[in-house]
Amino acid sequence: MIKLKKRTPLIDQHDKFGFYGNKFGGNYCAETMRKPIEDLSKLFEKLRKDRKFLKKRDHYFKHYLGGETPFFKLENLTRHLGGAQIWCKDVSAINGDAHKAYHATVNALICKESGKRYIAGDTGAGMFGKNLAMAAKKMNLKCKIFMGTKDISRQAPNVKFMRDAGAEVVPVDSGSKTLVDAVSECMRHYVSNCDNTHLAVGSAIGCNIFLKICAWSTSQISRELKKQLIEEFGEIPKLKLINVIGGGSSALGFWNEFIDYDKKHVELIGVEAKYAAPLSTNAKVAILHGAAQYCLTDKEGQIAETHSLSAGLDYPGSSPLHGLLKDSRRARYTNASDKEALAAFKLITKLEDIRPSLEPAHAWSECIRLAPKLKKSDVLVVNNCGKGYKDKKIYIEQLGYYPK
Amino acid sequence: MKNSINNAFKIAKKENRPALISYTVCGDNTKDKSLQILNSISKDLDIAEWGIPHNCPTADGEDIQNSSYRALQNGIRLNDIFKLVKRFKKTKPSKPIILMGYYQMIFNYGDKKFIQKCKASGVDGLIVVDLSFPDNKNFAKLCKRSSICFVQLIAPTTTLKRMKEIIRSSHEMIYMISTISTTGSALKYSIKRIIKNYNIVKKIKPSKNVVIGFGITEKTISNLRPADGLVVGSAICREITRSLKDRQNPVTNVSKLVRKLKNKII
Repeated sequence: MIKLKKRTPLIDQHDKFGFYGNKFGGNYCAETMRKPIEDLSKLFEKLRKDRKFLKKRDHYFKHYLGGETPFFKLENLTRHLGGAQIWCKDVSAINGDAHKAYHATVNALICKESGKRYIAGDTGAGMFGKNLAMAAKKMNLKCKIFMGTKDISRQAPNVKFMRDAGAEVVPVDSGSKTLVDAVSECMRHYVSNCDNTHLAVGSAIGCNIFLKICAWSTSQISRELKKQLIEEFGEIPKLKLINVIGGGSSALGFWNEFIDYDKKHVELIGVEAKYAAPLSTNAKVAILHGAAQYCLTDKEGQIAETHSLSAGLDYPGSSPLHGLLKDSRRARYTNASDKEALAAFKLITKLEDIRPSLEPAHAWSECIRLAPKLKKSDVLVVNNCGKGYKDKKIYIEQLGYYPK
Repeated sequence: MKNSINNAFKIAKKENRPALISYTVCGDNTKDKSLQILNSISKDLDIAEWGIPHNCPTADGEDIQNSSYRALQNGIRLNDIFKLVKRFKKTKPSKPIILMGYYQMIFNYGDKKFIQKCKASGVDGLIVVDLSFPDNKNFAKLCKRSSICFVQLIAPTTTLKRMKEIIRSSHEMIYMISTISTTGSALKYSIKRIIKNYNIVKKIKPSKNVVIGFGITEKTISNLRPADGLVVGSAICREITRSLKDRQNPVTNVSKLVRKLKNKII
């Protein structure tokens, strides 16, 4: 079993080759990318210690993204399920509607610092694309977003938003025409343009530096949550933190400040989409997009085709950091089907005012399964990491309505 | 055993020309067809590179992606590739063959088992696109132990310091990427600049055979003659695509193309 290092940020627990627990991550990339990612690593290590840069980041988080996102108890759902207390960390309240806003903003800031004028990113559900387009516009950068053609049609509102913000949306028609192909095409674009383009990888995946930047950015969520928990409970109560996992960027941000706690005190639960669930279905380690990770493949080693109703969750791989958390048994992983996620959305929106997107609906589904089995003193917190309007069309197709 | 890769370069040098190296995808568009193509063009080649198709090829442009896609659609597997190499080597024992692919395919098969299989089937060299220095040290060692040449890559972005380290740890052949790009796009740099980069690489250790690849076509090949070797890949894959589209025989068309390429460098 892999052992986590105490008092060392999760993202820094790699060796000099970028491997976590000797097994996950690394830098499996073309030679052309080596120098640019090395330069980016140096820049990032400098910036994360640079007070002026941190001040700038905090300024943007506060004034551009709208500051702290709310944390509140779902009284009706708690009463309805009759077990644990259910709390919501409503990250979807951020300007940008999802946790990707942190990550996109930080990438645009880093791009600016690097002196590059172009920024390129991949997107599945379009939340990262949308936020990157917004941040690029704000910071006067030229932005290209790579998106699978299947996702372009199922997440049309976000595509329109990106284009309106001045970004070029590059349709990717290869392979399964979804996120996995968009990431590949975006990496190809970077290989060809790394001299003037900053690559913003949309989740905590890719070569070492990309996942570090991502998880560092989203960790704002758990910094806020820790403070809010203490304000509310006077201490960190016995907790279960439930988060959906696609690539895994929101969960890493939601959990970051709680890694050092004993798992009996703060349990970390990741919920994947049932047919794109490398962490909860004992997938093998494979190399995808520059890193070793739990990933669905066929017997020959080809990357498997996956399915999820949610465009953000059908990625066949998972962040190397989740591989580390799984193998060290710090986090546990489960999954929920399209149907279960839809049922969760139905129940939550009937009882509460929040409107989760399909991604957090998976996390809510696990919360609904767990809560009745637990005691009143147990606290469940779900990261409501995305706003539902982007999936309005899908919800109407599947459920026949979208609540007001 | 005589090292046939070194030998191929020696022959080309004696004829005062760069070695001509092809890249095609094994199994494109079918297993047999890809072998027929290789057999047919091998008379004009010094070294043959065969791609192992992968469905997530992050460093390949459209042409090679299409070839890989066709090969996978027709069901090629690693064990088929080894069998095809064996068949090729049976008729052309002295023609060096290099397999080129992404590390995932090897990792999934198992490094040691993969290299053993390569040796048993007659593979002379390996290029692993996404296993770069220094992460490739162990793998390169395993290759050497089996007398397989592990070909390292050098890119326009590679620093001089890194270049020296790569060359120091390299085997007899080094692959220089001509331009900042994926495979098959147009050359972004002038020929002069590419040759200048080549000379920098070559000067570090003149005894190594340095080949240039990426973006080499009928139009550009003759200007790059000073190199020890030149790799043409996407242009050939494109010709296969065109032939299939026009319902022509890719074997004849590709052979004609390779002949033309050869004529430009002799």
